[in-house]
Amino acid sequence: MRTKAFVAVALAVAVGLAVAVSPFASSSPDGLNKVAEDKGFLDTAAPSSIQDGSPIPGYAFPGVENERVATGLAGFVGTLTVFVLGFGLAALLARSGRGSAGGSRQRPGPDAAA
Amino acid sequence: MAIPAIAAVAYGLEVANRDLDESRVPLLGVVAAFVFAAQMLNFPIAGGTSGHLLGATLAAVLLGPWLACLVLAVVLTVQAFAFADGGITALGANVLNMGVLGALAAGLILGAAVRAFSPDRATFLAMVAGVSWIAVMVGAAATSIQLALSGTIPLGTSLPPMLGVHALIGIGEAVITVAAVSAVLAARPDLVALGRFPARERAPGPRTAEEGVT
Repeated sequence: MRTKAFVAVALAVAVGLAVAVSPFASSSPDGLNKVAEDKGFLDTAAPSSIQDGSPIPGYAFPGVENERVATGLAGFVGTLTVFVLGFGLAALLARSGRGSAGGSRQRPGPDAAA
Repeated sequence: MAIPAIAAVAYGLEVANRDLDESRVPLLGVVAAFVFAAQMLNFPIAGGTSGHLLGATLAAVLLGPWLACLVLAVVLTVQAFAFADGGITALGANVLNMGVLGALAAGLILGAAVRAFSPDRATFLAMVAGVSWIAVMVGAAATSIQLALSGTIPLGTSLPPMLGVHALIGIGEAVITVAAVSAVLAARPDLVALGRFPARERAPGPRTAEEGVT
């Protein structure tokens, strides 16, 4: 299988899982959230005010009433966004690495907020 | 917690800048996409709790540990900013615990085991299962330690339940990671960076030396 075909198939699987399966995923709290609930420190995790501007808060595509459709759409958008960002970052790095030695040691932009 | 996370991600960028072969560029994108999708798929475990793939081991097996740090940083950053999932101030800790530590633990152990034992495919997959579980447990333990250091909850209170629940989640991690790696091995064994499996016949062009552990 050529790399392009492999990537296409793998991406289709990822998008398919995010769109079709994620709406049916367990809504129980995950490991850390469960322990946080049981031990009473869940409310120490407060979202930052920057996150009020999140386009798709809580994996529910805004303005879509049907919860499962909203989750599936969020999965679709998120999976493709991550693909494009990962691909783009890798492409930049692969390109810059060929030319200048030790060039572009950029820090990951978003981490500057941390 | 942001500092070691940024350091590891920066080193990931450095590794990518130095070694990333252009033919592997789309692979980084697709691994990130798969990890994002899989993290949405919470599976039920005992007692009203769920778990989901973290994906650090999968990324490390396919891309090597340092590129895996990059992949998890991309995934967790998008989750925090686009989906309000995971705090912004906790992003460094999340990248460290769900990405860097797991990717390095799994990647370095597996890399060493592959060098030492030159495993066949079945043994390799068993090793992948083992390091998947270890990566989840390392992340859970690190989270407990950081919660204790930040004064949120004493280590003795959070560590036992965190390890208990993640021992089960780690089994899910192992199952999904082995399934995904098996699928890649069946289609394109040469794309598994930490494996040493040759391309099948008629694979397009020679692959360059795999990234592996450096």
